Amino acid sequence: MAKIVVDVMLKPEILDPQGNAVAAALPRLGFNFAKSVRQGKRFEIEIDGEPTPAQLAEVEKAAEVLLSNPVIENYVVRVEK
Amino acid sequence: MRVGVITFPGTLDDRDAARAVGAGGAEAVALWHGDADLKSVDAVVLPGGFSYGDYLRCGAISRFAPVMQLVIEAANKGMPVLGICNGFQVLCESHLLPGALTRNSDLHFLCRDQEIEVVNNQTAWTNSFKQGEKVVIPLKNGEGSFQCDDQTLAMLEGEGRVIARYVGENPNGSRNLIAGISNAKGNVVGLMPHPEHAINELTGPSAQGLGFFTSILNAMVK
Repeated sequence: MAKIVVDVMLKPEILDPQGNAVAAALPRLGFNFAKSVRQGKRFEIEIDGEPTPAQLAEVEKAAEVLLSNPVIENYVVRVEK
Repeated sequence: MRVGVITFPGTLDDRDAARAVGAGGAEAVALWHGDADLKSVDAVVLPGGFSYGDYLRCGAISRFAPVMQLVIEAANKGMPVLGICNGFQVLCESHLLPGALTRNSDLHFLCRDQEIEVVNNQTAWTNSFKQGEKVVIPLKNGEGSFQCDDQTLAMLEGEGRVIARYVGENPNGSRNLIAGISNAKGNVVGLMPHPEHAINELTGPSAQGLGFFTSILNAMVK
């Protein structure tokens, strides 16, 4: 069994109010390391066996069509060992 | 004339939208998300709410509902479609309108009476208004911030496809105070605030929202 991970992030130029709220909350709790925070989504997709190139191409397509909105988001597909 | 009002699981404002269609002088026809049938309607309203629980992204799942495949096809052929709030989000996810609606810039769910200015009265859904007419209708959403890239924004502004703007302070961080836009033909309109809640002064801040629903009759008679 393999796990395919799709990370979806807002494009850098799109305002991320949630990330900003997290960035503002950190120093209130004494965490002073963050210059900025961006918040995204992570999809973990389990498949039987090792993924074939054709399966990965299908996941790429699903990421483009459903998992992300290409108008405002970028995505990265990777296989987790 | 028959105007369809689509109900998705999680839709809230279908009843008010149907009432507003009736008050505007058309016959409201209930459409169900799971039916691949537009019941011979002449136009469609996508009402507000939280279709499919807003899971994944607002409107992202609704876009693939059976009824939406017919709406997309008919809209591309010129059928008038109005998407209000969640309906606007569905139209963007369906690529019938450009851009996207994102979380309000201050993160708060807003629910208030909002003044907007109709800045294009040439569309199927805004022709009852005077150009530049200001109306007060409810605004109630958590993800109403209209975003797009600079090129798309320049195109929308250049082609007069911004149909309404917020008046006064920007309520949600929308680019250029955009409250509503149309497609190139003007038959598809997305609007973040809710005209269907403002058709009677007894229950709304004004009756000025009715103009969106009388416009569609004018558009069909022309």
